[in-house]
Amino acid sequence: MTTVDEASTTVGRRGFDARRVAIRHGWTIGVYVLLVLLVIGYAWALAPVAFTSFDLGSIVIGALPLVFAAMAQSVIVISGGIDLSLGVMVAVINVIAASLMEHQSFATSLLIAFGLMVVGVVIGAINGGLVVLTGVPDIVVTLAMSFVWGGVALVIMRTPGGGAPNAFQSLGTGTFISAWIPSGAVIIALVLAAAWLPLRWRRPGFAIFAIGSNRDRAYLSGVNVAQTRVMAYAIGGFFAAMGGLAATATTGIGTPYAGNFITLNSVAAVVLGGVSLAGGKGGVVGPVAAALCLTLVPSIMVFQGIDPNYGQVIQGALIVVVVMIGGLLLLRERS
Amino acid sequence: MSAATTTTPEELEPRPNRARAASLWILDRPLIMLGVILVLLLIACQIASPGYMSAERIGTILQFSAPLAFLAAGQTLVMLTAGIDLSVAATATAAAYIMAGQASRGTATALGIAILVGLIVGLINGVGIGVFRVNPLIMTLGMASIVSGYLTVSAQSFVTGVPLVPDFVRELAVGNLIGAAIPKSLLLWAPVAALILLGLRYSGYGRTLYAVGDNPVACRLAGVRVWQVLLVTYILCSVLAAIGGVLYVGVVNAADLQLVSPYLLPSVAAVVIGGTSIFGGIGGYSGTILGAIILVVLDSLLTLLNASQAFKQILYGFIILALAWLYATSTKRV
Amino acid sequence: MPFLEVQNVAKRYGPVVALKSADLVVEPGEVHALLGANGAGKSTLVKILTGVIRHDSGTITVDGKPVRIGSPEGARKVGFAPVFQDPAMLPDLTVAQNLRLTRTDIGATREWLDRMELTVDLTEMTADLPLPTLRMLDLARALARDPQLLMLDEITAALPSDLAEKVFAVMREWRDRGRSVLFISHRLAEVTANCDRASVLRDGRTVGTLVPKSGEEEKIVELMLGTTRSELAESIGADSGGEATVVEATAPKVAVGEPQLEVRNLVVGDDADGISFELRAGEILGVAALEGQGQDLLFDYLAGQRRPSGGEMVVAGRPFSPRTPFEAIRSGVVLVPADRMLALLPQRPIRENIASPLYNRVSRWGPINRRDETRRVQKAIDALSIDTRAQRQARRLSGGNQQKLTIARWLAAGFTTMLCFDPTRGIDVGTKRQIYALLRELAEAGAAVLLFTSELPEIQLVCDRTIVVYRGAVTGEMPASEADEPALLKAAHGLGKVEAAA
Repeated sequence: MTTVDEASTTVGRRGFDARRVAIRHGWTIGVYVLLVLLVIGYAWALAPVAFTSFDLGSIVIGALPLVFAAMAQSVIVISGGIDLSLGVMVAVINVIAASLMEHQSFATSLLIAFGLMVVGVVIGAINGGLVVLTGVPDIVVTLAMSFVWGGVALVIMRTPGGGAPNAFQSLGTGTFISAWIPSGAVIIALVLAAAWLPLRWRRPGFAIFAIGSNRDRAYLSGVNVAQTRVMAYAIGGFFAAMGGLAATATTGIGTPYAGNFITLNSVAAVVLGGVSLAGGKGGVVGPVAAALCLTLVPSIMVFQGIDPNYGQVIQGALIVVVVMIGGLLLLRERS
Repeated sequence: MSAATTTTPEELEPRPNRARAASLWILDRPLIMLGVILVLLLIACQIASPGYMSAERIGTILQFSAPLAFLAAGQTLVMLTAGIDLSVAATATAAAYIMAGQASRGTATALGIAILVGLIVGLINGVGIGVFRVNPLIMTLGMASIVSGYLTVSAQSFVTGVPLVPDFVRELAVGNLIGAAIPKSLLLWAPVAALILLGLRYSGYGRTLYAVGDNPVACRLAGVRVWQVLLVTYILCSVLAAIGGVLYVGVVNAADLQLVSPYLLPSVAAVVIGGTSIFGGIGGYSGTILGAIILVVLDSLLTLLNASQAFKQILYGFIILALAWLYATSTKRV
Repeated sequence: MPFLEVQNVAKRYGPVVALKSADLVVEPGEVHALLGANGAGKSTLVKILTGVIRHDSGTITVDGKPVRIGSPEGARKVGFAPVFQDPAMLPDLTVAQNLRLTRTDIGATREWLDRMELTVDLTEMTADLPLPTLRMLDLARALARDPQLLMLDEITAALPSDLAEKVFAVMREWRDRGRSVLFISHRLAEVTANCDRASVLRDGRTVGTLVPKSGEEEKIVELMLGTTRSELAESIGADSGGEATVVEATAPKVAVGEPQLEVRNLVVGDDADGISFELRAGEILGVAALEGQGQDLLFDYLAGQRRPSGGEMVVAGRPFSPRTPFEAIRSGVVLVPADRMLALLPQRPIRENIASPLYNRVSRWGPINRRDETRRVQKAIDALSIDTRAQRQARRLSGGNQQKLTIARWLAAGFTTMLCFDPTRGIDVGTKRQIYALLRELAEAGAAVLLFTSELPEIQLVCDRTIVVYRGAVTGEMPASEADEPALLKAAHGLGKVEAAA
């Protein structure tokens, strides 16, 4: 048993190996297939009314905050943690944005938006810093902080209100070039390309996956575990801020309860999107599709005349069944 | 350098100095620490509002603590196995709502149905987590969605006759036994608490519970069928949640679809403050009881301080974090 | 001037002293071995040098300058490159990503892989690669950093001999370049063949430095154990005869000669005919084998952890095919694993650990019978002389006491057949002695004991008979009198089938 494995030691790829790509990214591909199926289902449910670009747009608009929350949760869960205060963070940014942006110009609102992205990073870093400093499990810390940030949101805005300039809102609700391309989708793609992918395929991204994969080995490999953990939460905070801005754009107002179902649904989207709750495995792209799927299901139900509350039931059942199947597959693989 | 533990010869303890010994003594007895915290909180309440402390007040505190203590009891059992149950609030709400809706069938039947709700939810949770090895966070999260969604959808079908809180339940929840300080809910709470405390300590199930939380692999090697333990534990948790819901609706005297959801996070908080580790294997119910009372009194204090809803929440969150930190540091000594 | 000088380094964890005073001097251009029984402080010293933990006192000097190594990154900075027994590669990253994570030059790594005549696809997930490959990768990675001191921790464990040879070749080349290698190993033959000097640790102290010569392994063992081999054997014999403790075994005493356990054609490796042997009540049957020859599977099947693909097992005359450990235990077959972390409840007290199998079924979930439990637990504690000072949590016990707990469980619960898989791995010598003495007592009381140990010389000290397994087949079967190390090693390498003298 001298030599090991096939192929060359040439740099990077050894040519496109379709089978390996399929195995490694199978789950993500599966979720996108599911998404397409659901969109088709949605169109079918609309019948005899035609499926227009408006409908596609409204799907994206409705899901936008959750998509960003799912991105946030993915990064944090991949790093081996979890943040149960994400929904509240979305709400905080939402209410600040709506308070500040009311009656402002588009340019000013953009400035405010960028400022709030920084705020999101700071809030995330605080959460991460507390997790690392106190040594208390992340579930407990973020649960406690969800009270704190929730209170902050209430302090800033007791009841729904505020506003945002129309131009800013159209960033979330409008279309880009063609009527069939919702600007929300463009922004998601931009954020992924500009903010996530550069990190993902460089050392910071490897470090995040590493600490989620095996913290001890990551430490032995020279990774600054504490720093990386905080970084993951900070990145999560950034995406959560995007979610809050998205909520401001898509609803036009701020509400302290904006995050109500977002936290739990972000965990669901993450699991459905192929991220392992144990950390180290998965990506951000899958949960994006999963978040869209989760929002589609209740919408389809409404059109079918089914009580939308069944949507909650279906969502819950969907998560449970998917994870059970995943668990069974793992068990089968092990024996 | 594979093993994480260092295999080393043991040495006699170095002679400890007095102060260190004293602080170790207190930290080794978290109940005393919790008691001190509770007393401090009560004093703070008294200062904030002279005349706060009275026999009635003790009764009211206990009345409001009872439902939380039931939810937290189930949560304690589940967290001892290194799990978590985020569906306790939904289960409690469903049990309470359905019981109120079925009250016209007779109190005993209605109560039986409430317990049944808990049994069913717990069974599904237990099978998912014990047999299919689903992560408890996800499983119970999913169940919470399913239960509350289903409840909302079928709300009407659960109501036969006029929905009301049976007198028996109302009396149990808010009535008083002796004077104003001992509420009737203690008639239910005390025996159950005793059962849990004794069971955890002196029954084979209790031993096995701690063992499963501490090292499920070792348990399997010792012949324990871990799925059995998990199944029973999640069933117990949901049943206790159902009882908690029934008590709560008795206190509040109005059933609605979001009834117990504010108690979900406090149920976890009470357990953590009470000294049970979220990683399982260590802890118990006595701390949880004190934790629940502390949370109720804390809420009271914040109300007395005329804090706005917002500030109450912020302080609540910080104090939970601080208490959890206290425990994390105190259990870190070698 | 020496490259590395460790003087008087000490480390303690609360009341437990891991290192009292360790000294080490490594010159440039030398391969230096670090030896010591487990519990001697070897792993602690290695952890200090690799930056995983910090020492309490003493000095570490590199190239004449005192340093304080606080982290793995710090160790890297002073020119150390460790290769751990458990390769520090992240399973969910590809090889290339692992290299980039540690800021290792990919080109240099590839050069070393080529030099060692190894081909590895850098885009593979490390989780998909086998352990020997990962070790060699880790080695190439360490070399690519051009370190002054290469630290190899048990690198040849579970490594096939051709790869091991490559490692030794690399070590020699590194030395010839004027660099240093710290070779940490249990394998004395390798040490005497490849190392220039060796330092021995015992009880937290460096007790000697010598030049290891082939054929003089006995000297090293003496230093490591503080006693000679024959003294060890005598003490084990004395213990088992002298003490009067009675140990409970649930089986009625079966006349020696009745097979308690029979294994027929059990497939555990390459050989389709599998393993066959008999274990009688009242005897200790040893299993000798090199790493990974099928003994793991054998024990897994017997303990109910896995189902065998071929062959059969018989216990007390009845077919035995347990699907879970519970079923095996129900038939009286119990397992003492090598890794005590698999059998211990770290945060629970001694009592609960020992009593844990008593409540493993629903019928026992009711109220505990305190008196019965106390009786059983105390008997087990006495039989094993368990130090009960650290009562509250089992994780505070020393390694030796922890291992005793894993055996005590079965003394309390009762059994007929005990499967011991390397029970004394990583245990100090004194405890080893006590455990072996106990096993002899148990056998005398009627239990059947199947013992696998990775330390071949100890087979003769404890067992009545032994079988040798190589590549899934029995290549030797002999009484203890004939089971000396050369005979065992020969059979363990599959060289010539050794039969018991008729």
